Amino acid sequence: MSYQFDFLWLGEYWPQIAKGIAITGQLTLVGGVVGVSLGIACAWARALGPGFLKPVVGAYVELIRNTPFLIQLFFIFFGLPSLGVQLGELSAANLAMIINLGAYSCEIIRAGIQATPRGQFEAGASLAMTPFETFRHVVLVPSLQRIWPALSSQVVIVMLGSAVVSQIAVEDLTFAANFIQSRTFRAFEAYIVSTLIYLALAILLRQAMLALGGLVFPRRAAR
Amino acid sequence: MTEFTTWDILRNLLLATRWTLLLSLVSFIGGSVVGLCLLWLRISPRAALRRLAKGYIELFQGTPLLMQLFIAFFGLGLFGIDVPAWLAAGVALVLWSAAFLAEIWRGCVEAIAKGQWEASASLGMGRLQQMRYVILPQALKIAIPPTVGFSVQVIKGTALTSIIGFVELSKAGTIVTNATFQPFTVYGLVALIYFALCWPLSKSSQILERKLNVAHRNH
Amino acid sequence: MSLIEITEVRKSFGDNEVLKGINLDVEPGEVIAIIGKSGSGKSTLLRCINGLETISSGSIQVAGAQLLDDELHLKALRLKVGMIFQQFNLFPHLTAGGNVMLSQMVVKKTPKPEAEAMARRMLERVGLAHKFDAFPDELSGGQQQRVAIARALAMQPIALLCDEITSALDPELVSEVLAVVRELAKEGMTLLMVTHEMKFARDVCSRVVFMHQGRVHEIGPPEEVFANPQTPELRQFLGLQAAA
Repeated sequence: MSYQFDFLWLGEYWPQIAKGIAITGQLTLVGGVVGVSLGIACAWARALGPGFLKPVVGAYVELIRNTPFLIQLFFIFFGLPSLGVQLGELSAANLAMIINLGAYSCEIIRAGIQATPRGQFEAGASLAMTPFETFRHVVLVPSLQRIWPALSSQVVIVMLGSAVVSQIAVEDLTFAANFIQSRTFRAFEAYIVSTLIYLALAILLRQAMLALGGLVFPRRAAR
Repeated sequence: MTEFTTWDILRNLLLATRWTLLLSLVSFIGGSVVGLCLLWLRISPRAALRRLAKGYIELFQGTPLLMQLFIAFFGLGLFGIDVPAWLAAGVALVLWSAAFLAEIWRGCVEAIAKGQWEASASLGMGRLQQMRYVILPQALKIAIPPTVGFSVQVIKGTALTSIIGFVELSKAGTIVTNATFQPFTVYGLVALIYFALCWPLSKSSQILERKLNVAHRNH
Repeated sequence: MSLIEITEVRKSFGDNEVLKGINLDVEPGEVIAIIGKSGSGKSTLLRCINGLETISSGSIQVAGAQLLDDELHLKALRLKVGMIFQQFNLFPHLTAGGNVMLSQMVVKKTPKPEAEAMARRMLERVGLAHKFDAFPDELSGGQQQRVAIARALAMQPIALLCDEITSALDPELVSEVLAVVRELAKEGMTLLMVTHEMKFARDVCSRVVFMHQGRVHEIGPPEEVFANPQTPELRQFLGLQAAA
């Protein structure tokens, strides 16, 4: 192999990469916070909510979990305008990630809720709390704690999956790599560099999630 | 301009679905073979091999599949091969699936009690024999539900190969959209076809897992 | 009018009728021990009074509040009747103080400083003032159960239901919990307790209810019930208890 590696372009193009990282980070933050919130709401609805909500949320979860993120993104960005819902690239990407993580985290959190000992619900009830108050103040935090590692992994998966938003011209890290390779014709190097950045981001994000868990859940999980 | 009926659209999409299926199948089978080798390294008694396999798995699980596809597409080109999209897609998906399958299976093998290794060793079995006759038959049973579940990820993963130009279901969706200007219908149908492929697998994975849990509880 | 009026209460789980028409009136300040074999329906009766199980027929009234199966009535009832569980059921993510404060703030909307002051008083009452900031997993079983009692007391109930509250405890921890209950009885709290502690029942209770096969089989003051059982079932039960 006589290929000469060349990373000199980094000097000129690092601002693009930095911007890409920032946008990937922004997408992950918004998708993570809003997506997990949606997941909590859906998990409540599916595990403890009123009967009519369960099949609705169930259909949403199954639909999202059984179709590719890319198609969800295209449907939102290209398809929804036919219904009069016109979204910018970034909004469409944000929305797609929220909906995607919402469905996956719903199932993860639901498992946490269902592992709650029955006595916790009964103790809440015996103290005159409504079922929802019991969920909110008694069940939710230990449930999240139980499944925090799985939820952290899922957030990392969604961050990595966000690479495809470059396909609707969101200027994320992958977009930067595409841009650089089209200018420098150093495709392999551009992708290696961005791949390594993604790897670093994944490791960082995972550590951040675990640290956040340690902050929010100071006690070890019950049973 | 020609008018496209919904049936025209659907027919074109279904024709492209064959490639999604074929690529999924190749990736899953190839990924299983490579994944099995990886598993062998991952649970090897030699620390260096374990670390090697662990690094591989973390690399492939910690980076976007899309990047892996790009690198396969452009990287193979460095060897002077003119890489067709299907080859890059196949290679990347096989390597990617292997990482995930190896990790899933490692969990299953580790779920087998240590006593089983010790008992089979005490009977004078070699490591290959222990695996073949004692560990794998037990691990296989608990490995089936998550493995079937992962096949859904493989099918969904093939959608990304459209980005490097492999014409499968997602790419066909884009092509048909550009011809018909009906993105809502086309991507809606594309989603439904994926759903029709994936949902039965997801469901059977869930059912298998429930059965397994019930069986375990009755022990 | 009695404080708690249980009238013709029936409860079935599927085909299995667990309570077969229970009648029991509890006067204010009474301490009642419910004894009987496992499966006699005694825990179910207690759980029905707190609305944790819905009754199949009959009626339960506490201080005039009717037990009905809707959120509003349940809440009104549960504000009057506290419950202590065999497994403590403390909230693992909250400190002892947080456990006692939570429902005051959530249900009664008590401002935090007042809820905290109340929590400190109640923990003091069960002898655990110094454990305010301890998490449940840092406490012994006996301490956890005393926190659970403080938690129920903080809601200022007019009666407490105790469901085998010492059964999950190591033998050496039983007495500290019973001492707290004894104190409550002395202060005039109305208590309904399912228990296996016969000596405690004899010493503290005003009446003993012996349940057998879903019915109140015998009822009376402890000295009568224990000294002079009327039915072979109770004689056998007490014999088993003595032997154990």
